[in-house]
Amino acid sequence: MIVYLLCLVLFCLGLYCILRKRNIIKIIVGVMIAEYAVNLFFILTGYRMRGRSPIFSPDVDITNMVDPLPQALVLTAIVIGLATTALLVAIAMRIYEKYGTFDITKIRELRG
Amino acid sequence: MIDLYVLLIFMIIGAIIAIEVKDLLSSVVAVGAVGLGLVVALLILKAPDVAITQLVVEILCLIILIRATLKKDLPFSTSGRWVLNSVITIGFIAVFLLAAWKCLRELPEFGYPTMKVASTYLKEGFSETGATNLVGSVILDYRAYDTLGEATILFAAVIGVLAIVRRIGRIKRGEIVEEDDE
Repeated sequence: MIVYLLCLVLFCLGLYCILRKRNIIKIIVGVMIAEYAVNLFFILTGYRMRGRSPIFSPDVDITNMVDPLPQALVLTAIVIGLATTALLVAIAMRIYEKYGTFDITKIRELRG
Repeated sequence: MIDLYVLLIFMIIGAIIAIEVKDLLSSVVAVGAVGLGLVVALLILKAPDVAITQLVVEILCLIILIRATLKKDLPFSTSGRWVLNSVITIGFIAVFLLAAWKCLRELPEFGYPTMKVASTYLKEGFSETGATNLVGSVILDYRAYDTLGEATILFAAVIGVLAIVRRIGRIKRGEIVEEDDE
């Protein structure tokens, strides 16, 4: 249970970074940290004590395998995370070219 | 399980450094350290496929982020709307922790998952799909539509990046054209 709590702390750090920081690169870093925490949490829920990797071998009979389903889902989520990060960085670089700053409060047209 | 705790604490310290350091390049390098710690944690948790994917994705992310932050060492501003921002942040984290506390009590204990769906895969995966790696049999056979959707999202994101980054076609009439190829 302590492992889940440490994972929760990591997610809260990412959430704090997204909400509190004003530099766009820092916000992207926060999104990445939160993503790591969620991926790690899914793998943690599928872990079995003293388990083996979910790979069969021809001669050895392996019974105690970890859950392969969260691993497959996280594999998909990691690749999608790379795509969203690349898109975020592209938008941030375009903003830097147009306004000359990464600070979200100094961007004129975002002001309400 | 002590190595897992050590790795998680290392990741938390790396995340704190990445969040609080003033220099952007140092922040990106610290988040890279967090990602590589995650790779080792995944290996300990017996997920080798996910660890390999995470390693490749981590390095690609680092290259993209370093390209974005290179030579753009900017002063860090913290003035203005300090109280409002802090109150909103604390509120969000409190709501999240409340929801997480309710959910964590429902979870089975760490190390003893229920494995309702996965027991079928473990029993019949090899005879039905012929794949020795069960993760491969899940993403490419049982849940192949997931992988198709993932490829669609990846393709859409690549098109989006190309549309944002390219220079031809963005120049309006009457605007002074200035080309600066980096």
